[in-house]
Amino acid sequence: MTPSADAPQQRSAASENGHNPANRSRAAAQPVNGRQSPSPTHPVIDCDIHNEVSSIDQLMPYLADYWQDYIRGSAFNSPHANDYPRGAPTSARPGSAPAEGGQAGSNLQLVREQALSPWNTEIGILNCAYRVQSIRQEDLAADLATAANRWQIDEWLTPESRLRGSLVVPSQTPARAAEEIHRFGGHPQFVQVVLPVRSYIPYGNRFYDPLYAAAVEHDLVLGINFGGAPGHPPTPVGWPSTYLEEHAGMAQVFQSQVMSIVVEGVFDRFPDLRIALIEGGFAWMPSLMWRLDKEWKGLRSNTPWVRRAPSDYIRDHMRLTVQPIGAPPDPRYILQTIEQLESDKMLMFATDYPHWHYDEDSDAWPVNLPEPLNANIWSENARSFYRL
Amino acid sequence: MTVVVIAKVWEIPPGERKIVVPFRGRAGIGVFNVNGDLYALRNICPHKRGPLCTGELTGHIDAAAPPSAGEAELTVEGDGEVLRCPWHQWPFEIATGRCLVDPDVRVKTYPVRIDGNDIIVDLDD
Repeated sequence: MTPSADAPQQRSAASENGHNPANRSRAAAQPVNGRQSPSPTHPVIDCDIHNEVSSIDQLMPYLADYWQDYIRGSAFNSPHANDYPRGAPTSARPGSAPAEGGQAGSNLQLVREQALSPWNTEIGILNCAYRVQSIRQEDLAADLATAANRWQIDEWLTPESRLRGSLVVPSQTPARAAEEIHRFGGHPQFVQVVLPVRSYIPYGNRFYDPLYAAAVEHDLVLGINFGGAPGHPPTPVGWPSTYLEEHAGMAQVFQSQVMSIVVEGVFDRFPDLRIALIEGGFAWMPSLMWRLDKEWKGLRSNTPWVRRAPSDYIRDHMRLTVQPIGAPPDPRYILQTIEQLESDKMLMFATDYPHWHYDEDSDAWPVNLPEPLNANIWSENARSFYRL
Repeated sequence: MTVVVIAKVWEIPPGERKIVVPFRGRAGIGVFNVNGDLYALRNICPHKRGPLCTGELTGHIDAAAPPSAGEAELTVEGDGEVLRCPWHQWPFEIATGRCLVDPDVRVKTYPVRIDGNDIIVDLDD
């Protein structure tokens, strides 16, 4: 390997493709509040904290005898979506793995110290990424979901009143998912049903209607979260070779789901359904809304059930969490993107703990915005959307 | 008052149209016979100035729900009452000039009457 192969090839000053970084505002690139500890003075609601199951042993006490026997007698140890490979720097921020072993994000005390305390977080919403959706044995998937939800109540929600939970459901069998929602939907700390963004069938399909009906009945938000392992590729052009492609490219999976949900009429069938797009970024949303609105006008007869411009449905029914942020080279671009959303209601603060998207806690939301936009993003959009 | 004889009544039977171009040096107008009622529209789409009146006739297309599970209930109400611009397929209701995908957009319409065998369009507002 030559020495130059190790060094990132950075172009300097203006280059032949017209890229001219010198035009950027340097002043705006400074840390927003000049503090090392964020300690914001306003309320904080964190819409994405992960609570990980470290081992199937934690769920065994909640499983039916048959499945305990099955798991002991087989090689099965958990549904592996491998959304967050251990070696990837994005998977776990330094120090988030418990000293006694186990997954980053699996220890409540560390979540308190590293996710709730730094921002004096009022409410933290857990997104359990236990991917029962990738299990082909329907009964095992359903029983594991129930076990994971009971475990969430016992180990997370009951001990820590600042936390809210997201129900794990076997969305590959929507009727069973609906049963699960009916089982726990009345628990005051469950505010959401979480689905992986990678699905077997696009989420706009009527296949999922029983699940959506149950979520609406219990007034739960539907959270669509990074990752999943449905069996087909995470890109529409086939399997990528690297985790970088899969990780950064997940934004296109989110876009596919947004298109499917709006165009196939989910919000016409369920006018009260609210959907949070979690851990998918947000900078792609303005261009998607522009294009959908433009083409909807000419192709109106193609989707007659879509009665309003797609962006109108999106602004009414969908919200996005802020991390991982696209990290534009100039923080002003973030404000420009929010302006392009043409709404100050759509973004919700999230750390995505324990995933590592920023170095200092103060960088979790790296821009100072005018009020009320600022307060909306830190807490009020989530308070209103989740009815907290 | 600027009134123009566009056609004899037998030239535009139901479901047909007559486009008069050029018309006062502009893109002209189209006169449509929709189930026996006559309407005149400016032949310029207010979206991007395409030749609107040369577009396809259609109706109010509606659906009770997405057609993925056997309850499509896809319907066409008033077939022939809607005109789609040939450039970008924006639909307009012929009777009112109203654009069906953007409430702020409307194509100019003109009063039409029949005098004897003449179809007459009133070009003044």
